[in-house]
Amino acid sequence: MVEGALSHEDPRPTKLRVDGLSAFYGPKKAISNVSLDFPERTVTAIIGPSGCGKSTLIRCLNRMHEVLPGTRIEGRVLLDGEDIYDGDPVSVRRRIGMVFQKPNPFPTMSVYDNVAAGLKLNGIRDRARVDAAVIRSLKQAALWDEVKDAIDGPGTRLSGGQQQRLCIARALAIEPEVLLMDEPCSALDPIATAKIEDLIFDLRKTYTLVIVTHNMQQAARVAEFTAFMYLGELVEFDRTQTLFEQPKQKLTENYITGRFG
Amino acid sequence: MRFDRNARRRWMNWIMSALALLCVVVALVPLGSIIYTAVTFGGHVLSFSFLTSGYPLACSPTPSQPTCPVGGIGPAIEGTGVLLALSSLFSVPPGILAGVYLSEFGRGRLGRSVSFFTDVMTGSPSIVVGIFVYTLFFLFFGPRGVFSALSGAVALAILMIPIVTRTTEEALRLVPNSVREAAYALGIPRYRAVLHVVLSAARGAILTGVVLAVMRAGGEAAPLLLTALGNPFGFQGLTQPSASLPPIIFNFGTSAYSNQVAVAWGAALVLIIIMLCISLTVRFALRSKLS
Repeated sequence: MVEGALSHEDPRPTKLRVDGLSAFYGPKKAISNVSLDFPERTVTAIIGPSGCGKSTLIRCLNRMHEVLPGTRIEGRVLLDGEDIYDGDPVSVRRRIGMVFQKPNPFPTMSVYDNVAAGLKLNGIRDRARVDAAVIRSLKQAALWDEVKDAIDGPGTRLSGGQQQRLCIARALAIEPEVLLMDEPCSALDPIATAKIEDLIFDLRKTYTLVIVTHNMQQAARVAEFTAFMYLGELVEFDRTQTLFEQPKQKLTENYITGRFG
Repeated sequence: MRFDRNARRRWMNWIMSALALLCVVVALVPLGSIIYTAVTFGGHVLSFSFLTSGYPLACSPTPSQPTCPVGGIGPAIEGTGVLLALSSLFSVPPGILAGVYLSEFGRGRLGRSVSFFTDVMTGSPSIVVGIFVYTLFFLFFGPRGVFSALSGAVALAILMIPIVTRTTEEALRLVPNSVREAAYALGIPRYRAVLHVVLSAARGAILTGVVLAVMRAGGEAAPLLLTALGNPFGFQGLTQPSASLPPIIFNFGTSAYSNQVAVAWGAALVLIIIMLCISLTVRFALRSKLS
């Protein structure tokens, strides 16, 4: 435990540990010395005002931050105790999946091919295995009943909410251990949002989830733990109920009561 | 006062619309004129046998033989088909790969110079490319190797590469970054993400670029006069001169014999129709795909 106050006091083992992490865009420091632990099979929400670094933080957790030119990080991110920054980013991303803010299904690919892409393009040719994974993932993403008759139709012809669940199914198909979600509902209407939230609730039985959200009610609804970030720093990390009802920091209290942000 | 302004605005609107329409008409006049002329002078020779028969011999009408046989352009169609197939083979793979390099990897000095030379190649006159290939083949294969189907295909390929490269690069730049990120986030290695996801997302626009390049090459006469040259028999092997459509339009079009001139008009019409068919086929094929 690097800093006791920022660690969960939870019996479940830590799946992902962030240890003294700072991230930069060129000379600009976007997050500064963040440390926190994500327990296994839980949902952790990261909240904070725009520009506070929550998206940057989540992108550091599967090495997507470094995809942008001119970026670098300091510190460590440990998955089951191993630093993901030792070695190949590609193998890290197979274990830590990601869903983005805007639904981004592969254009020109069918629903089936979208879900199968992660397996096929990682060299799995066994047709029966891919079929089974596609069906399992679509069912897990609560999309199967809606698309089973149009599985060879284009993925981009689905509605926005369906596209986002398709992207979740695509991420689940490669059986990651951790699923990162960067504001997965911000482009969706309330009904589609409710479906995704139900889905997140079910997925935590199998996966460790980290969800960035703008929406405090959403964090309260889906997450067991919540981290509040402000100006690139982690202000407070606690059980969601504690953080919202008895915040320890004045800054957190001001934010959740709507005094700024 | 307010009403005056509105009246002025309506007038301006009317004038501008009329002007735009006029420009469309001006742009369409040459096209219409070309098609009209080709149909008027070449339409009457068109038939199935015109597409398959050999070239007509020079012939003047005499009292004993009042009409001359028209013959056909079979050898030229065969040669053009082979030349375009070969030049596509030589130009499409390197063109697409160069476009991928420029869009996905080309940073720094090498990327900038590839980009610069692509622009230079796009602008180089086709006759200069013809002379270049002529010289190249002369140096490597001697005077007997210059006029061949192979040299013709190489000349056309050099004209096609920059077109394919530019359209591929632009098509790939239009693929949103979120698609690349989605692929990386699945743990797909970068080269596979580019080959299977990004290229596939842009395939429609790339195919359009390839068709543009084929159409540009299909209409070129100047470089072929210096390379493939022409022969009366069609395609006779890679190292032999080859017939093709644009040079016979040039050769027969300047002939003194009316039956050969008629064949030149017919060949011009056939060339237009072939290009139209290629373009329509590709558009149709793209529309029926997922998009």
